Amino acid sequence: MSRRVGMEVAIAAAEAVALCNIDVAAVYPITPNTHVAEHLAEIVAEGRIDSEFITVESEHSALSAVLGAAGTGARAFTATSSQGLLYMQEVMPIASAMRLPVVMVIANRALSGPLNIWNDHSDIMLQRDTGWISLFAENGQEVVDMLIQAFKIAEHREVMLPVNVNMDGFQLTHTVEPIELPDQAEVDRFLPEYKPYATLHPDRPVTMGAFAMPEIFTEVMKAKDVAIVNAKKTILEVWKEWESLFGRRYEPVAAYKTEGAEVVLLTMGSMGETAEVAIDELRREGISAGLLKLKLWRPFPFEELKKAVKGVKVLAVTDRAVSYGGPGGPVCTEIRSALYDEPDRPVIVNYIIGLGGRDVTVEDFVTMGKRALEAKTKKSREAYKFYGVRGE
Amino acid sequence: MIEKRWPETWQEVNPGCMVFTPGSSQEYHTGSWRAGRKPVWDKSKCIKCGVCYIFCPEGCISANEEGYFTGNLTYCKGCGICPRECPTEAITMVNEEG
Repeated sequence: MSRRVGMEVAIAAAEAVALCNIDVAAVYPITPNTHVAEHLAEIVAEGRIDSEFITVESEHSALSAVLGAAGTGARAFTATSSQGLLYMQEVMPIASAMRLPVVMVIANRALSGPLNIWNDHSDIMLQRDTGWISLFAENGQEVVDMLIQAFKIAEHREVMLPVNVNMDGFQLTHTVEPIELPDQAEVDRFLPEYKPYATLHPDRPVTMGAFAMPEIFTEVMKAKDVAIVNAKKTILEVWKEWESLFGRRYEPVAAYKTEGAEVVLLTMGSMGETAEVAIDELRREGISAGLLKLKLWRPFPFEELKKAVKGVKVLAVTDRAVSYGGPGGPVCTEIRSALYDEPDRPVIVNYIIGLGGRDVTVEDFVTMGKRALEAKTKKSREAYKFYGVRGE
Repeated sequence: MIEKRWPETWQEVNPGCMVFTPGSSQEYHTGSWRAGRKPVWDKSKCIKCGVCYIFCPEGCISANEEGYFTGNLTYCKGCGICPRECPTEAITMVNEEG
């Protein structure tokens, strides 16, 4: 039986990973992910799980170590944040190209500089094209659930790709939340033993991470792209199974009161809950507003998004990262692109919000909803706005 | 000459581009990279120390039955490291014909 606990989300993330029968973890602590590393190291040191915790000297080594471990057939885990994630970046496309199913939790944090330890999504957005499956959790419960789901998705024979689970730094990591923590028997039923496609073993030689000439490289990249596109089918199956076992529903694009809504906001991560309250407020004021919460970032859920915005007049996409000198925030850019060929696409406005830990309140979302509606009738619109920036 | 056969289509690529045939890198003849010069050993100066074998980045130098060292030109890229390291100047780079 699951038990309901009041637990800091970073601690709960480590507890969730401990339930997954991991063989190896290598984590280099970095704010705001430190408690994941500390608590997991503690769990291993206390002998609660039979795993190796490798104390590495950097994030580059952490991901390299779990990659090597995964190559031997071990179930392997790592975690990081911000600059640490950038330090891992060199290894990230290698993990996906080698089709090694490692799982990572990312406590999302702004990139330096200036140095800032607080939350936004600039760290993960820079990893967009590394070939990892990327999930976004809205609250502590979703962090726990998605981490357990992540191993099953990653290791599925039709997927064999690394997965990262994104949790907002501080807003989630350092918040104590009520969480249903599944018990060991439940997780064991859901998550079978890892059966690797191939393992490094002296008796059965295999080359992983081979050199590829121009004659083959394009075909390898095509195979990798098809693998992540096709992974959506497995992700949906795993989420369906999770719902049947635990009663909690997961969707690539979760909708809140979007039925017949004129203006729809779109968020990723923990701001979804704040935005829900704003939607209720807007509706009390007589504005037909709704909310979409993007939970699956890679593979991008094109069909689900198109279906979710059908009939919507104005879509206000929020981004917690900037593409400097680019066409808009990374999320909005993709959404515009995804909807370009739709005959009845909504007017799309883009708000850059919540950078480096700037609070985004219910009132802010209410204002964004109203401004987006006004933007509908304007002849020319800015591609994106820094919402709330002082000086304009 | 590159003699290795590639998978015809992306569907035939092993997951992760994994290679299950040990030693298959030998099918790729890196000697084709040589740009006109090859190393030649002078047995009269060779003291069988093996420095050339240690320094060869391609691992294509080995000792023959008599203990003298020589390079396998199927894989030698002609980098010129062995003549530079040889303590007795027993190796020289010479122009290849053609």
